[in-house]
Amino acid sequence: MKHSFLDQYSNRNSLIHRLDPRSKLLATLVLIATLVLMPTGSWPAYGMYFFIIVTLILISRVPLHYVLRRSLVIIPFVLLVAVFIPFFKEGEVALSFKAWGWTFLVTHDGLELLWSILAKSWLSILSLVLLTSTTNFASLLLGLERLRIPRVMIILLSFMYRYIFLITDEAMRMKQARDSRSFRSGWLRQMRTVGNIIGTLFIRSFERGERIFTAMVSRGFDGHSRTLNSLQFGRIDSLFITGMILVLGIINLFTLFF
Amino acid sequence: MRELIAVEHLSFSYPDGQQALSNVSLGIYEGDSVAIVGPNGAGKSTLVLHFNGILRSNGHVKLMGRPIDDNNLKWVRNRVGLVFQNPDDQLFSPTVFDDVAFGPMNMGYSRFEVERAVERALGLVGMSGFEKRSPHHLSIGEKRRVAIATVLSMAPEVLVIDEPTSNLDPRGKRDLVDVLMGLSITKIIISHDIELVKELCPRMVIIDQGMIVADGNTTNILADKKLLTAHGLATM
Repeated sequence: MKHSFLDQYSNRNSLIHRLDPRSKLLATLVLIATLVLMPTGSWPAYGMYFFIIVTLILISRVPLHYVLRRSLVIIPFVLLVAVFIPFFKEGEVALSFKAWGWTFLVTHDGLELLWSILAKSWLSILSLVLLTSTTNFASLLLGLERLRIPRVMIILLSFMYRYIFLITDEAMRMKQARDSRSFRSGWLRQMRTVGNIIGTLFIRSFERGERIFTAMVSRGFDGHSRTLNSLQFGRIDSLFITGMILVLGIINLFTLFF
Repeated sequence: MRELIAVEHLSFSYPDGQQALSNVSLGIYEGDSVAIVGPNGAGKSTLVLHFNGILRSNGHVKLMGRPIDDNNLKWVRNRVGLVFQNPDDQLFSPTVFDDVAFGPMNMGYSRFEVERAVERALGLVGMSGFEKRSPHHLSIGEKRRVAIATVLSMAPEVLVIDEPTSNLDPRGKRDLVDVLMGLSITKIIISHDIELVKELCPRMVIIDQGMIVADGNTTNILADKKLLTAHGLATM
């Protein structure tokens, strides 16, 4: 079965693509950190961030609509977590309504907080989509490794990247096999088969793990993993990261003190 | 001819008590191309897992005259390369390069040697230029060839391949047979694929229920329809 790439467009060639994955990772991290630390409702600053990210996307020549479309994935999750905030935040009431014998109050401050959280998380995910569409997964992992992220986590991520689609395929085949044999079954029965599918997937993945380990051992694996370092942190990387920190710093300072 | 692998009276049963091999004796010589054929569950894979010490044999299996034991596993695995049946188990790295480089890197090659070994191995299987691709975006035939390269990059003396043509379409099969034919290395091929065996292996071993029931010239064995039918390899 065919799947979309996790890191589509990451093998194109542009200034951003050519940057060292470490500098891109650090820049993204700095961007998200400063964004999160920004006070609630600093809309001009959010606008500036959006402008910076869009500029980078345009330089990278990754289609803008692709990044925008992918970034929307986060919205339902954020809403799920944040939708109750307007009800609990105290302050001037913007709206009140009665339901099931309760009175619900929505405050201005609460709403502002909700919109800010939505904006911040959307901007963060935009920058992450930009990162993953300009860096292929392998070099992203290499970058993380060079940034001293523990080996275990790197190996975990690399296996996840390698096998997630295989497992998805397996699940889809099982679902097809189930659907071709069951019609009109109730919700509860469905849940039971879903449970069985999950269990079978777990056992199969476990057995696959053992086979992979055998294949690794056959090629001399002794518990230590070795990699070749092939990253080059150049002048352009220093320029990029310094530039980003400067620009973001200025935006933050202005927002905080003026 | 030098004897590379010597199996002498090897018996093996799995922890659950199932007897997988009983009293198997077999010699593999330098330059051989041997097919190991047998019905499902006959013990073929169990046998080859003894060749590089994944399963231990207490001295019943010798490589180049030395019994395989815990102390020489690294030496053994550098010389006997196993390619497993499912390339998705064999290829576990984010890129083709990383996968083919995995063996040489474990052997402690220098960066330059690793790169040269990868280049050579991918060239041998006709997959040069695929270094940066991710294994899960390859076709099954391409995965098979890369899987073979992951072992060839260690420059083994013996190449052991489990079911190389299963799930391949005729063209993929043709390509793979050509690749295997081009390799001048001692080969042990597990297969049900009689066409492949005929084309690649002058010598053939039939295993059934953990025992060797035939070992000899492929043409002669394939002519013995009664023998083949008795062991589930042909239908009357």
